[in-house]
Amino acid sequence: MAVDAGALEAGSPLRRARLHVSGFLWRRRWVKALALLMPPLAVFLIVYIGALAALVVSAFWTANSFTATIEHTWTLANYRLIFSTSQPYLHIAAVTLGIAAAVTLTDAVLAFPLAFFMARLAGPRTRVALFVMVLLPLWASYLVRVYAWQTMLAHDGSINWWLNKLGLPDQGLLYTNWAVWIVLSYVWLPFMVLPVYAALERIPDSYLEASADLGARGFKTLRSVILPLALPGLVAGSIFTFALTLGDYITPLLVGGTDSQFIGNVVYDFVGQADIPFAAAFATIPMLVMGVYLLIARRLGAFEAL
Amino acid sequence: MTTLAPSTPEAEQVAGVPAVRLSGIRRVYGDVVAVAGIDLDIGAGEFFTLLGPSGSGKTTTLRVIAGFERPDAGRVELQGVDVTRVAPAQRAVNTVFQDYALFPHMTVAQNVEYGLRVKGLSRRDRRARAEAMLEKVRLPGLGDRKPVQLSGGQRQRVALARAIVNGPPVLLLDEPLGALDLKLRQEMQIFLKALQRDLGITFVYVTHDQEEALTMSDRLAVFNEGRIEQVGSSAEVYERPLTEFVAGFVGVSNVLERDGRSITIRPEKILMSDESAGAGEPGTVQEVVYLGMVTRYMVDLDAGGRLVVVRQNLETSSQEALSEHGKRVRLSWRPEHTYEIKEGM
Repeated sequence: MAVDAGALEAGSPLRRARLHVSGFLWRRRWVKALALLMPPLAVFLIVYIGALAALVVSAFWTANSFTATIEHTWTLANYRLIFSTSQPYLHIAAVTLGIAAAVTLTDAVLAFPLAFFMARLAGPRTRVALFVMVLLPLWASYLVRVYAWQTMLAHDGSINWWLNKLGLPDQGLLYTNWAVWIVLSYVWLPFMVLPVYAALERIPDSYLEASADLGARGFKTLRSVILPLALPGLVAGSIFTFALTLGDYITPLLVGGTDSQFIGNVVYDFVGQADIPFAAAFATIPMLVMGVYLLIARRLGAFEAL
Repeated sequence: MTTLAPSTPEAEQVAGVPAVRLSGIRRVYGDVVAVAGIDLDIGAGEFFTLLGPSGSGKTTTLRVIAGFERPDAGRVELQGVDVTRVAPAQRAVNTVFQDYALFPHMTVAQNVEYGLRVKGLSRRDRRARAEAMLEKVRLPGLGDRKPVQLSGGQRQRVALARAIVNGPPVLLLDEPLGALDLKLRQEMQIFLKALQRDLGITFVYVTHDQEEALTMSDRLAVFNEGRIEQVGSSAEVYERPLTEFVAGFVGVSNVLERDGRSITIRPEKILMSDESAGAGEPGTVQEVVYLGMVTRYMVDLDAGGRLVVVRQNLETSSQEALSEHGKRVRLSWRPEHTYEIKEGM
């Protein structure tokens, strides 16, 4: 179809209109981009940012425990309660953060050798088999996996059975922080393995050969070349494991003990008691922590590894 | 084509213990024989080139010397010591990689210092030696940059500095100029040759570029299908190719069958005259390519065979040269400029 210089003046009105529209879109790319992004952007703004704003605002209100209504007066009372040493909330936040850090560290230590083997040593078939094994748990329900661990960790569960076989005494693991740590480390491990794998896979063989060529043995190469180059992947993975642990409340509920309350459990309880403002205020704590965490992660180059 | 003089006269004779000795090296990948039994002595202080097309086994041979590949059979000796079972980290060689393999998370100075750091040199010694080396490769003051901030040619020289700062008796170079443009490549060829003469160490250089090989090498080995076809000085390999493959790969394949023998003549050694000249083999000009400095003719001989003839454009203009298409000519050459080559290679 030939469109000459006079095309915009000639032809049927419909054809002219179409030429004008396509010409307009061609000249102003941003209109096209806006049209594409409008629906997801609208949903994002209303549902996500809107909900977050409501959360932050309501954190500065209070609930009247007698009337179960929300009093819309600005106050820091919720935060005073959270940071009061006579209250359990600081301790709960510390337990949550502590277990999140422990889970992240455990997953990093477990994922690195596995990802290294998958990325650099395994043949194509072994690699696929390992990928399936890493990803398989993600295709099963989270609840099912936590309940499976509940039976394994129980007093007459398989872990104690194995310990007895090895001649070791029973361990009362279920309903302790140990159980929460073990189960969360297991549940979030794939989220660490995948970014670390991606980072390791991108290191060219010649870097490792160059390091060896310059006299470095395996451990030196690991420390000076492989780990620094895999660090963005480790940090990217830690964002997942840390954030997911920080926000969890089901695992502490199912396998944790009396001292295994997470921030999420408290938030859940207060929502149940219709004290939305306190729940909102406590929920902003992990949000702030994650904000700081993400800033550090960005400085370590984690977002280039995604 | 320029051939720079050998760096040391004694390099020619491979005096004393060779810097590198390969005996019966064989490397197989599945069904593919990459290196099919290679014996090679490289003398101390030589600029030695492994020349061949891709897949001819030259890079694999270099990687066997470095220790990145383990040979399926054969021995690798460095300075007379068997290192076949020694890890790359403990071999007294350093390598300049084709992709440079500079560590991206380290600065230029940290890259150059890496080998010295591994050896446990003090920080101050490392600094001083790295700086001196960066000066030597003409990159002074760039130590604080990251590799991504450098051009290809600069990265190449950092890779060079990182390898030679360790003072290896043998430097291995795997197509180090492959990624550079022509002008930079020619500059670097002269620079590398001068550097090698200056350091007095052995360079083992892999390239598929025959001109580069002839320009730089004291001696070279021509590889084909995992074997070495010929080892010799640039002049020997160019003027007296032993096989048809060498004749074709190093220069232009000018092979004639005469009296049951295969002979080869270099295109610039052939005199082309008018048919009336009376002497020489008669033939017809099939193709003329005007190349500026020279003109290349393809001549089909009446007695069979085709020869490429190169003539300097001393007095001929391009029109005159191109008008010789289809002309009847006679080709003559001196018998001492022909060489018999091996059959059935």
